[in-house]
Amino acid sequence: MLQTIVFYLFSAVLLTSAVMVVAARNPVHAVLFLILCFFNAAGLFVLLGAEFIAFILVIVYVGAVAVLFLFVVIMLDINFREMRQGFRRYLPIGATVGLILAAQLVLVTSAWVFDPAGLINNSTTDVANVENTRAIGRLLYTDYFFPFQVSGLILLVAMIGAIVLTLRDRKDARRQRVSHQMDRKIGDVIEVKKVQSNQGVEI
Amino acid sequence: MTIGLNHYLVVAAILFTVGVLGIFINRKNVIVILMSIELMLLAVNINFVAFSVFQHNFVGQIFAMIVLTVAAAEAAIGLAILVVYFRNRGNIAVEDINMMKG
Repeated sequence: MLQTIVFYLFSAVLLTSAVMVVAARNPVHAVLFLILCFFNAAGLFVLLGAEFIAFILVIVYVGAVAVLFLFVVIMLDINFREMRQGFRRYLPIGATVGLILAAQLVLVTSAWVFDPAGLINNSTTDVANVENTRAIGRLLYTDYFFPFQVSGLILLVAMIGAIVLTLRDRKDARRQRVSHQMDRKIGDVIEVKKVQSNQGVEI
Repeated sequence: MTIGLNHYLVVAAILFTVGVLGIFINRKNVIVILMSIELMLLAVNINFVAFSVFQHNFVGQIFAMIVLTVAAAEAAIGLAILVVYFRNRGNIAVEDINMMKG
């Protein structure tokens, strides 16, 4: 009974905040609603018994992705009011397509019955009786080690790509040029002058 | 009434639809479009984890982690492109992105 209440609470807040992400006037509010959305999805995952994915979701999405969005929204100086010009115009067609898509997806997922016979065939029985994180670790570092490495490589490529894209070579920056410093000779920069008594020196 | 697999699938379906709707009605704002893509990936993740739990098969959760990785990489690259575009053009209106005439 409690599980049912918690499920409906989390999914109601999840869907409401998802609608607010799409409909919010202020993009900062949209990002904050996105964070609320991720928290509620993490709650649903905890309810399902997938704790590791839930906390990874909070760490990666809320800690990294949503904060990145927040940085970009705050950093870029954009007139967001101007950007909502087409909101009213695209709302009818968007609502029509959305309603049809939602109705079809809800129909197909609620009418479809899961065959319990398929359950036993697919179960990985050797990891079924340990806790969630240990089971994922056992599977991830053995059978799925190659996809794990490839996903690490994807992150490396994304990191290099983001740095290369945003790195700016400023022409007006004054940098230290070591070879230029080393090439200087004493004779080029220092000159010894004889100074007569009671007379100035001509430079 | 117990919560079954279908309940989670319906929630994920509605969330996915909200993401699609967000792309439809916020055509001018790239940041909201990227956030809608994140919502759609979250719906896919909910599907993966729900199936994984109800089938007692952990492969779905591992695939959900890989989806998470790709989503993080996509967000980083997308926002980097956005910052570069803003630096060059001074705005991020979608209809102005037609320099390549694709």
